Formats: sequence, structure tokens, C-alpha cells
Amino acid sequence: MDIELKGITKRFGSVIANDQINLQIKAGEVLGLLGENGAGKSTLMNILSGLYAPDEGKLLIDGIEVNFRGPGDSISAGIGMVHQHFMLVPIFSVAENVILGVEPVKTADYLDLSKARTLVNKISSEYGLSVPPDAIIEDLPVGIQQKVEIIKVLFREANVIIFDEPTAVLTPSEVEDFFSIVRALKASGKAIVFITHKLHEIKEIADRVTVLRHGRITGEGNPKRLTKEKLAEMMVGRQVAFTVNKIKSKIGQPVLKLKNIELHTKDNERVLKNINFSIKAGEIVGIAGIQGNGQTELIEVITGLRKNYTGEMFLGELDITRANARQRHVAGMAHIPEDRHKFGMVENFSITENIIINNYYEKRLSDFITINWIKARSAAALLCEEFDVRTPSVDLNGKSLSGGNQQKMVVARELGRKPKIVIAAQPTRGVDVGSIEYIHSRLVQSRDDGNGVLLISSELDEIISLSDRILVMYDGSIVAEFDNTDAKPKRNQIGLAMAGSTEEIYNEH
Amino acid sequence: MNTKSNFRKTTADLLMLRQGAYRDAIVLPIIAIATALLIGALIMTATGVDIYTIGRSFAALGHGAFGSINAISETFTAAIPLILAGLGIGLGFRAGLFNIGAEGQIIIGGLLAVIFSFTFSDLPTIVLVTFTLIVGSLAGAAYAGIAGVLRAVTGAHEVILTIMLNLISYRILDYALRQPFIQKDGRSDPISKSVPGNGQLPKLLDWIDPNLRLHVGIFIMVGAVILLWWLIKKSKMGFAIRTNGENSHAALYAGMNPKMVIIGSMALAGGLAGLAGAVQISGVLERASPGFSAGIGFDAIAVALLGRSHPIGILFAGILFGGLEAGGRQMQIDAGVSIDLISIIQALVVVFIAAPLIIRTITPWAFSKNKRTS
Amino acid sequence: MRISDIFNLKKINRSQTSGIILLILSALVLFFLNVPDGSYATFKLSRPNDALPLKDLVLSGGPFNTVASMILAFIGVRQFLKGGGRWIALSLGFGFLITIAAFLVWATADKSLNLTGMLQATVVRAVPIALGALAGLLSERVAVINIAIEGMLLAGAFTGALAGSLFGGWGGMISAIIIGGSFGFILATLVITFRMDQIIAGVVINLLVLGLTSYVSSQVFSEYRNLNNAPVFRAIKIPVLSDIPIIGPVIFSQNIFVYGALILVAITTYYLFYTRNGLRARAVGEHPKAADTLGINVIRTRYFHVVLAGAVAGFGGAWFTLGSVGRFDEGMTGGRGFIGLAAMIFGRWHPVGALSAALVFGFADSLQQKLALLNTPIPSEFLAMAPYLATIVVVAGIIGHARPPGAIGKPYQKE
Repeated sequence: MDIELKGITKRFGSVIANDQINLQIKAGEVLGLLGENGAGKSTLMNILSGLYAPDEGKLLIDGIEVNFRGPGDSISAGIGMVHQHFMLVPIFSVAENVILGVEPVKTADYLDLSKARTLVNKISSEYGLSVPPDAIIEDLPVGIQQKVEIIKVLFREANVIIFDEPTAVLTPSEVEDFFSIVRALKASGKAIVFITHKLHEIKEIADRVTVLRHGRITGEGNPKRLTKEKLAEMMVGRQVAFTVNKIKSKIGQPVLKLKNIELHTKDNERVLKNINFSIKAGEIVGIAGIQGNGQTELIEVITGLRKNYTGEMFLGELDITRANARQRHVAGMAHIPEDRHKFGMVENFSITENIIINNYYEKRLSDFITINWIKARSAAALLCEEFDVRTPSVDLNGKSLSGGNQQKMVVARELGRKPKIVIAAQPTRGVDVGSIEYIHSRLVQSRDDGNGVLLISSELDEIISLSDRILVMYDGSIVAEFDNTDAKPKRNQIGLAMAGSTEEIYNEH
Repeated sequence: MNTKSNFRKTTADLLMLRQGAYRDAIVLPIIAIATALLIGALIMTATGVDIYTIGRSFAALGHGAFGSINAISETFTAAIPLILAGLGIGLGFRAGLFNIGAEGQIIIGGLLAVIFSFTFSDLPTIVLVTFTLIVGSLAGAAYAGIAGVLRAVTGAHEVILTIMLNLISYRILDYALRQPFIQKDGRSDPISKSVPGNGQLPKLLDWIDPNLRLHVGIFIMVGAVILLWWLIKKSKMGFAIRTNGENSHAALYAGMNPKMVIIGSMALAGGLAGLAGAVQISGVLERASPGFSAGIGFDAIAVALLGRSHPIGILFAGILFGGLEAGGRQMQIDAGVSIDLISIIQALVVVFIAAPLIIRTITPWAFSKNKRTS
Repeated sequence: MRISDIFNLKKINRSQTSGIILLILSALVLFFLNVPDGSYATFKLSRPNDALPLKDLVLSGGPFNTVASMILAFIGVRQFLKGGGRWIALSLGFGFLITIAAFLVWATADKSLNLTGMLQATVVRAVPIALGALAGLLSERVAVINIAIEGMLLAGAFTGALAGSLFGGWGGMISAIIIGGSFGFILATLVITFRMDQIIAGVVINLLVLGLTSYVSSQVFSEYRNLNNAPVFRAIKIPVLSDIPIIGPVIFSQNIFVYGALILVAITTYYLFYTRNGLRARAVGEHPKAADTLGINVIRTRYFHVVLAGAVAGFGGAWFTLGSVGRFDEGMTGGRGFIGLAAMIFGRWHPVGALSAALVFGFADSLQQKLALLNTPIPSEFLAMAPYLATIVVVAGIIGHARPPGAIGKPYQKE
């Protein structure tokens, strides 16, 4: 089955998300769709899957024009989508999720779950996706959940399968696994659309690539022939430096020390296992690892958002084991949280309010029990200036800023107060390349000023290009440590450690 | 045009509104009230009330609300507890809490206040009245605090908790009014002993006419409005409350201790509702009887919504609702239309305020016209 | 294990909490419900003219309650030391049953109580609560919070009286169902289409219905009394089954509302958990976006179930007039809708659970009536509070934790 998009345009208010997009999807081929966050990739695919209706343009399937009134039409036309955030009902079983919307029934609308189980087993053995049909989704690891999504699409007999950023949550070995599934699907004649912002994935899996920027197509071609630099230029619109300029810094005394940190959840699950490390002044320590291996909990423990852990923690000489978030902040810890919309900012607050959110109580911003809004506004304006937050006024709501400027606002708040240790969690997630470069340079500058930086990121490239030292986290433990100052360690070794195979690494050391 | 937009800007500044919120705060309520009155007229028509009587009802409504000194006195007397409790509910909204429990908090506050008042009737007026009000607020705060603590510690939803606490408070009141040391001597029906003369809030206008019921509670109410305005707009605590209401994760991140914010704002809201109960008891009712709270706690939810959780907005909304109450009584007397019509109008006003999309859909001109000037 | 470990509150888990509760109950039974030797409690199980009359059940109060206390202590200690998740509900349920039995024996000591009559009253009183709970869970299963049950019940009661007076019992009932469904439609429009806050919408509908019904009742009914004089549905005895002792009168000789409630519970259970549309409805409540991507119409599903919820509540409301007194009084539902909400939570959003909770609350209600007659020193108000306190205990997760549908309270917006 072939699909053709002709002149597709989609607007949200005054924003043009897709502008005159022409695209061809062919059976037995993997089309890579490359673009930064916000380039319009997801919008385009949501149009294809029937969630959004285009404002202009035509959709042709095998040469015949179609109009989708909803996702149901798209599914019955043979288009299946695996969303970046999985569309699975957490409390349903695998079988229930797979059949939802196309349920086999007996009389009186009675669900035929045994038939569903058989079908799930059949599909999973056909493509080598071993998935237990009666398992409850929320008990399954994300890798398996993704397989459930694939089974869901196959169950609906889709001929075109769209994967939206499918590798974000996978370990390097799971990625390899996933690529072989994609190749098998391609071999069986399916058309595949692979959405990503990672250049090396496009080069590895795509037969053809289309690059999007600001809602427009900026390049097309054969990824095997295009260089990484060329692809990046199409994606960003200018030349991109792949390396961060870093001089050797002066390593000083430890600024953050963790000793025997242990954390148990309410269900008595051990999520942090005997964590020991320290960060010295003038170094960036990166923590690599697949999401969900305890990084979030580690950040929460370090920044004081979680209390019930055991072990000891020192900020310089100061024992902060029992200190709360505010006390740690006052003692010189900055925290760029991993989810800025959830923790980092309040969308309906003004930029001023967002910038004073965790230091409004300081003398320079308040008198006795009231906040001095005049001082607060001028402090906010100064920081916006210094950290390149582009806004006409500090009185505008936080949500009026672009993702990059929101993140720069958070960085401004945290780095603007001259911390001793910076905890930067996913500091560039969902941010444009310009802001990424800016935030990276700021983190490096903070290190050069003699502060410690702890960088937690699921982007291995980011970890490798910024860190002086790399720790790998797996299943709640630090399983490996790499020096990153001189000879670059092999990505493969880090990848293996991220998947938990520690013995090999320690043997090599 | 210039003066008009200046006026709009000044008003908007006074109400600390963000850009473009002027329409939401001024135009929307006016259309909402007009629409509600119109539907009220339709309902009267449907129940066989003739046009002439409908006209007379609305005239009586207006006259009974603001048409004479007596009407104004009644309006403000009714508005005092509505505004006090509404301020508490509005504060809860600001903190991200939906406190349906003002009714129960008024009952507990009022009950404890009346008990304190007749028990310590020997105290001098100023001391007795002051402590009666303090006891009432503390009782309301403690009762709301139960919901606050449970919400903060266990995460139980405060709506369910406060609904249950309301129902429990009715039983507590029923029980208390049958106890020998509370029940009025020589009465078999459930009614409490009376507040002694020196425990009553002084009347303000009895030098004009002894029947004018307006009492010094109005100053307490105005003081509470100013205090809440300062708390939300200026104070550090108010900033923490607002942050928690907008995004409790961000409040946790910022080191604001969301649990304490929840417990604190719930207790403060309960304190205001309890104060409303105590003021009502010592200023108007003089004794506790079953159902003495008279739905004030629920009307106060409407007041808080209509006032957009803003202290000044709540002040005006409370006066409006007080006016509807007072005018409604006049309407019943003059035109023979049941005062229950007022509850319908009040409920409709809230519908239109809380779902502004409805008003925007039926009167698009009121909202597009202003685009040119703003 | 050190003493401090045992009493470290943070470490006490749920099964230990349940153990402590059972031990407290045991102590209560032993010390507060002790009955002197030689006093007997007499429970009447059938009326003299029943087809199969049973003898009165006579229990010796002292020994009965001593044994009850010992059993409670035993399961309490067992729960505390060994526990085990799946035993919590069972042990607590059993424990509460024994406690209630001991309480009845204590209250009836040297007197007699018509047990069957009380159980019959329990079922009758449970009907509006169960139907309210069913209305709540139908709408909450598609993630629409329904605080408006109270108002919908009241609307049903009012319509039952008015339409019942005009068109007779069946006409009244059908009209009540339609009006209930209409208020469901209003709620659905407000929260789904106009995206109004669900709790505010519920509160407002309650105020609106209370205002409307009170207005019409004082404006119209006071003048035209014949408009508020509806026929009442009589009990229907089911042949043979109604002759079974105890069960017969309690379940099989009730009016149409009791049978309707039981049948609706069965149908709803089947519908939600065994059918295609039930699966889709639950998916809409748990993860509407996922349902949408699979071609399920979230908006329509929500509308349908909220209207259905209103219709069920309308039927439940008709019980107050057509199933009971035949006449409408202002605010006559008296918070039953909120108790229904509590029963829904107590029953963990499951129809059978909700029915069980409604029966427990109905029992508390009818027990409260009997206590006054038995002259016990316990104030009846405290018993009337029991359902509310129990609900607080459940929502606070002190015993077990109820988990509402995933998307509850959130409006669904595509873009």
C-alpha cells in the first residue's frame, strides 16, 4: 500500500505546524522523518492517523483520495501508529489492550477473550515478539509495552506503520532488537515511517529520509549518501558543532558526596542500591542509563524531594542528609528538574513569579513577611537579559515562552544564583538546537568557574560530549564508571553497562 | 476612548488582573446575571405567573435589595457570612483545594460559639464577643483541619472528605441540641440556650430604627477582605499557596512544603467559615437550631466562584447574593412568588460563570467588540 | 524485633492496621457490650402467619459476647502477626459482622427484636443508595465525576410525584427516568462540551434542582394538592420464593424498585466487565487518548454513560415518592445521593461492591430506627454518622485503598 500526501497544511491558531507538505510512503520501504522538537513531525503523523484534520491538502491511498473523519477511518484504511507515549490502558491486560476497538465478541456483546489470547499468541510468535497475553500493562517494562503496541498495530492488519520516536525509552540492545523487528516488518511488505531526531538512527534504518524544519520540508534523499553534517544542517538550518568546546579544568575538593544511599519504595522495593560517588569542584559528572533505572529517584534524593532514604550526603563539608529541599538550595545546590512542566515552572505564573519561585523568601527579594515585587521584577529582568531569555516583558505568563526560552528561564533561575553544585536533569529535553548549545555552554562555564555539575540525561551523546567522568546506572545501582577526559571510551562499553552486563566491563578495566 | 481604556486599565490593576481578563471579570458576570434573571422569568411564566406579576417581582427584588435603608441593611446582613465563608472557599481554590465543607464548618463554628457565649456570660461584652468569635473560628479551623490533614497525609480527596464532614456535622448538631447543658431550659424541641445580651454583636443602625439588623460584623468582614487581599497578593505565604494551587509539584520543588500549605489553607478556610458561623450566631440568630446554617456554606461556594476567588470579587459577589436573598424575601411578600426562585437564579449565575464558554457562545458580540480597544 | 520496631507507626502496614482494629473491636465487645449472665436476647425470625414459621432465636447474651470477643481477638492477633494482603478484607468483614451480632445481642438483652423485619427495612433503605451509587459509577467509569447524584435523585422524586399524579405509577416512573436522564445530559453538556469543572457542575446541578423542585413545590403544589398525590407501587410477592423463611420476606416480597435495583446491579456488572462496550467505556475512563487513537468516540461514550447514570438516578429518585410515600417534600432525598457516592467509593467503583456498601449503610439506617425503640444508651446520631466515618476511613486509605478511574475529573481535548 502506498500513501501520498499533497500540500498538507495544518494551523493551530496563528501557528503553522505543517506548511504545504508533500510526502510519499511506499510499501516495503522505511521512510525516515527527521526534525527537531516542534518541527511538525508529530502533527503530520497525527493527520495521517486521523487524530487531526488538515486545513488544506490531500491524502491519497494507492492514488485514491481519502478523508479521515477520525482515527477509526485511518485504522480501517490500514494505517497504524505507535505513539511516543504509549497508548495503552495501564490496568488492562495485554489481550484487552490489543483488541480494544476491534473486539471479537459472541452473543450479547460478550467479549471473546480466549480468541483474543490465541490471536495475540499467533502474532507474537510470527514476528518473534514474546508477550504474555494476560499480563497487566502497568506491570510490564517499557520494552515489552512497545511490543504490545506493535502487536496492536499488526492485529488491525495495518500496512503502513508509523513509529514516533520509538527508541527514546529503549536500551542500546533493545534498540538493536527493535531494528530487527522493523526489518522483519519491512520484509513482509509493510510501509514504515520512522520519526526521530537522532541522525545515526536515520542512517542505520531508513531507506529514504525527509527532513522537516518549522513545519516545512527542508530536504530529502538517501540517508546512506547524505553525511551526518548535511542532515544536521537540513534539520537545524545552519552548521552544527557536534562537539562542545571544553578546556581542561582545575579539579578541586569534592562538593557533593553520597555515601551508601539506599531507597525503598512503599511496596518495599529497593530502587536505589548502595549509591556511592562524589563530585569535585570543576568537573561535570554524567550519569548515563535508560530511563527508569533509578535516575529520577536519585535526583529526588539528592535534591531533597524524597526523605525516607538511608545513607549520608555532604555538600562540601556540610552534612545535608536530613536537610529539606529549601535548605539544600540555600546551601548552594541548584536543580534543573527533569520535567520542567511538572516541577520546573508554573505555566500560569508570570516570568517574574517563575524566577523567584524558589528564592522569594530571600532578603534581596522580600521584606519581613511580604514579597517585594519591585525588586523581584528587576531581578527577573536582569536574569532574562543575562541568560538570553527572549521575551518582551517579565510580566508575561511562563506558558507564552517557547520551550527553549522556558528552559533557559529555569537555567537562569538556577545558575543565576552562583551555586556550588548544579544538578542538571535532562537539561535540554524538548528544546531547540540553539538553546541546547546555549545551555551546554552555560553548564561548561559553571564547571570552569569551579563548581560541580551532575548531569543526568537519557541522551548518551549529550553525556559523552559534556562529561569529564561518566557513571552508568542500571537497576538502581551505579554499575560502571568511565573517565571521559582524555581517550574517549567506546560507546559500546557504556551501552553494555546500560543494559546491565557489568562483568565484561570490569574485566576490561 | 482614551479615558475609557484608562479606566479599564485602572480597574484591572485594582483587581490585579492579567491582560485581557477585564472582560472575564466585569462583562461576563453582568451577562451571566442578566441571563439568569431572564431564565428566572421564563420559569415563572412556566409555572403560571402572569407578566404583570413577573414585572412586579423583579421590581420587588430590586427594591428589597437596595431600595431603602432597611433593604440595604438586610442585604449587607445577609452578605456578611456569605463573604466570610466565600473568602475561605476562594482561598482554598487558590491553593488548589475544593472545600465543599463550609456548611459543616459554619455549623461547628456556630455551635461552639453559642456554647462558649452562654457558658461564659459573665464576661464583659468586648471580651465575650471577641472570644466567642475566636472560639468559633478555631472550631471551624479544627474541623476543616481534619480534612486538610487527611488530604495532606493520605492524599484522600478533599471533596469527598468535606462532603462527609458536612453530613457528620448535621448529626453532631442534632445530638448537641438535645444535651441538657446546651438545650434551652424548658424546651422539648432541639434548640440551644440563647446568646446573652452582652455576647451579641452590637447593632450599627439601631439609632435610626431598632429593626435594622446590620451589626458590627460588617467591619470584621471588610477586615477579612483586606487581609485576604494582602495575603494572596503580597505575602510570602500567599505566594506559596498560589504556587501550590497552580502546580503542587512545582511547589514541592521550590521547597514550599505542599503538605503544610494544604493543611494551613484548609484550616484558614475553615477558620473563616467558622467565623461566619459565629458572626451569624452572635449577630443575627442568637441561638443554634437544626439547620441554622441555612445553606450559607453552599451559597458561599457560588460567591467564591462568581468572585473568581479574588477577595474584592468575592466582596461584590457576596453583596449581590446578599441582595438577592434580601430582595427575594420582599419578592415573596409583594408578588407572592416563592423565594426558592432565588436559589435557581443563583445556581444559573454560577453555571454561566463557571462555564464561560456558554456565555461566549450565546453572546459572541460582547466579547469580540472589545478586541479593538484592548 | 525491638519494641520500638513494633510501635514504629511508619512501619505498620495495612494488615497490621486491620489487626489493631480487630483487637480494638474485641476490647469494645468485651468491656462495653458485656451482658450480665442470665439475660437472653430474643430475635423474631418470622411472623406467625408465614407459610413456614420459624421459632424465635434466643441467645444467652453473656456467653455469646464473650465468645465473640475471643474470636475477634484471635483473628486480630493473627492479622497483626501474619497478615497477608488477601486476608485483610475477609478478616475485617468477618470481624465487623461478629461485632454487629454482638452489638445486637447486647442491645436486645432481655428484650426481643424482629430481625427479619429489620433486614427487610435494610434492603428497602439500601435501594436509593445503591441506585445512586450505580449512577455514580456509571459516570465515573467514563471519568466524569458525579456529585450531582443528589440532585438527580431529587429530580426523580419530584417528577415521580408530579407525573405519577397525572399519568399513574408507571407514567411517573418513566417520566422520572427521562427527567433523570435529562439532568445527566445537562451535566454531560456542561462538563464535556463546555468543559466546566466537574465538581462545580455537580454542586450547581444540586443547587439548581433543589431550587427548582422547592420553587415548584411551594408555588404550585401548595395550591394544587392533587398534583402531588401519586399512587405507590405495592410489593409483589414472587410465588414459592417469597415463602422461604427470612430470605423470602427480605428479598422476594418487595416492590418493583428493589427488584429493579438488584437487576440493574447484575446488568451493570455484566455490561462493564464482560462486554465489548463495557471494555470501551472503561478504556475511555482510564486512558481516553488511547481509546481515541483506536477509533473509539470518547465524547459520545461519555455523553451516553452520563445520561444513563442520570436515568438510573431518576429511577432511584422515583423510589422516594412512587416506592414509598407517594408525595413530594422539599429536599426529601436528605443527602442519600451523597451516601450513594460514598457507597460507590466504598464498593471501589464496582456494582456489586456498591450494592454491598449500600446494604451496609441501609443496615446502619434501619438499625438507627430500631435503637430508639430498644432504648439503648447509644445516641442514634452516632450510628447515623457511621457510614460517613466509614467512607472517610476508606478514602483515606487507612484500610485498603480505593483507586478511581485513571482519567477522572479531566476533560478530554484533542488539540
